[in-house]
Amino acid sequence: MWNIFLELLPNVILGGLILGFIYALIAVGYTLVYGVLQLINFSHSEIFMIGAVAGIETMRGLQNTPLPGLIQLLLALIIGALIAASVAVIVERCAYRPLRKRGSKNRLIPLITAIGVSFILQDLVKLIESVWHQEFFITFPSLVDLNTAYQLPLNMHIQLKSIIMMIIAIIMGLVLYYIIHRTRLGYSIRAVAQNPQSAQLMGISPDNVIAKTFALGGAMGGIAGVLFALQYNTVNPYIGFMPGIKAFTAAVLGGIGSVPGALLGGVILGQLETLAGTYLPLFTHGDIGTEYKDMIAFLILILILLFKPQGLLGKNHVEKI
Amino acid sequence: MWKKFSLALLLCLFVPYLGMSNSFLFEIFIQIGIFAVLALGLNVVVGLAGLLDLGFMAFFAVGAYTWAIFSSPQITSIFPSIAPFSGIWFYAFLPLAMLFAIGLGCLVGLPSLRLRGDYLAIVTLGFGEMIRVLANNLDHPLNITNGPQGITPVQQPPVTWIVDWLSIPHALATSLFFYFFILVLIGIIIVINLHLKHSRFGRAWMAIRENELAAQAMGISLARTKLLAFITGASFSGLMGAVYAAKQTFISPESFTLLQSIMILCMVILGGAGSIAGAIVGAIVITLLNIEILPALTEHLSAITHIDFSEYQRLIFGVILVSMMIFRPQGLIARKNHV
Repeated sequence: MWNIFLELLPNVILGGLILGFIYALIAVGYTLVYGVLQLINFSHSEIFMIGAVAGIETMRGLQNTPLPGLIQLLLALIIGALIAASVAVIVERCAYRPLRKRGSKNRLIPLITAIGVSFILQDLVKLIESVWHQEFFITFPSLVDLNTAYQLPLNMHIQLKSIIMMIIAIIMGLVLYYIIHRTRLGYSIRAVAQNPQSAQLMGISPDNVIAKTFALGGAMGGIAGVLFALQYNTVNPYIGFMPGIKAFTAAVLGGIGSVPGALLGGVILGQLETLAGTYLPLFTHGDIGTEYKDMIAFLILILILLFKPQGLLGKNHVEKI
Repeated sequence: MWKKFSLALLLCLFVPYLGMSNSFLFEIFIQIGIFAVLALGLNVVVGLAGLLDLGFMAFFAVGAYTWAIFSSPQITSIFPSIAPFSGIWFYAFLPLAMLFAIGLGCLVGLPSLRLRGDYLAIVTLGFGEMIRVLANNLDHPLNITNGPQGITPVQQPPVTWIVDWLSIPHALATSLFFYFFILVLIGIIIVINLHLKHSRFGRAWMAIRENELAAQAMGISLARTKLLAFITGASFSGLMGAVYAAKQTFISPESFTLLQSIMILCMVILGGAGSIAGAIVGAIVITLLNIEILPALTEHLSAITHIDFSEYQRLIFGVILVSMMIFRPQGLIARKNHV
């Protein structure tokens, strides 16, 4: 038993890392919006899905062009990010801003709106895909040159696409860190998160910053979507839900509102889930199957809420009048 | 008030008269009744206490599986020495289903209710998914839920006395029984809703809904009061689950999805959160939309567009939720504000 465990371990950790990077990129979207609006942006999982669908559609469009695979992938990433970001901004403009303008203090209202938006986006994508292709399960065109597998030490196998994926995810994490900590936009996002009124007095328009925050989170979600599609090959309008709720768990695990926390939480959650998915069936002789890996994220969420609600890197926040 | 009430009661008594000749219509009314009880139960959680419960159907599933497992051959596959319970035990299992739902409600509610309200929404959402995963996969190593195939046949409470009394066919007697049974449940839950609203707890819930900090300052224990609201809703849901299992005689994990939970939420929001009449109106409108209007629309439009509209419930619920929140957050029938 233990030698199987050790034999599988390097590949499992690698797989967990890949999944973790995807969760991390989605979690950033939750945490950014939560930072500025204290809203759990439920529809973010659908932004991720739209990014994935847009990426696949781009790849399919470019399939028969002479462009090399890598350039096609980059174009897919850019288009996925752009479309996801625009949808996120449109959602903010049409659904959340009218609620903010009314100034209601009821927190349920934006949350219910977010759920509604999420449902609308799912079925809109389904409708568009059904009319366009007569089906809404779409698959990634196979790019032969991206599927080349490499043999690494410790019996690890890695496909070229997984390497590209990890590089892109790391670059996006660094870009995000730079934007948040070194640019004017980052300063204003953090200012609005700290205190919208004071930020406004300093000449920052909260509405503008909120829209840009949605765009930034949406772009990250869109890129995560394209990477997800690249890794798992098939996409449908309902893929957003599970990664979405797990990424939210990751954001809470890292401390909601904290960007490094979201990245860390994503990677930890990806690892835990892959480990559980591989080793639970192994150690229970298949009595507890891989299907239960989805429950791991949820159990972790409950445990954090019980013992450390502020998360790993979050600050303890006391509500004052 | 009494005038309206007796008018409603008269209308409800008129339904079986119609139902005798048209069993499809009867079926629709029973469906509406089941959803009305669920909406009224969720109304306590969302409308009175202002807690967003997205896993309402999970408690429904717990109740349904409780009765389904114990009254079908499934129980013999778990404990070979126990024979399936007969239909008359249904009444004994109703409180048991409620108890199970309450126990699970405590398990989910305790960690999440200590925190800010929106965490509850996510936790209940995850919980709902978890129950579905469990229902789907608990067919091995020990076959408890029979997995995706579902459980059948579930026993129904005996109706031979109605058959003998009115000398009508068995199927009709069953419909008649469930119709009146659900009607009584609706009556009970309305009374409970009304009384809770004006009780110490009801006032505490409304205070929490309006302002948690102020409520806490007035000496209300937040976690305990919220938990009470949460498990009140859960117990109604569990109860209806058992009734639903008996009525359908078949249950499978597919009956307890997030879509269903959102549908109940839509009923409460559309009708008006916190308003009893609103929850009932919401249940009527959305059930009719699902059973009658969408299939009819599909039939009329499929020739032109080739789109099956009954598959786009999510879109419709989404539009209802968002537009209600933006244009009329108080719902069709707004609650009378006591606070």
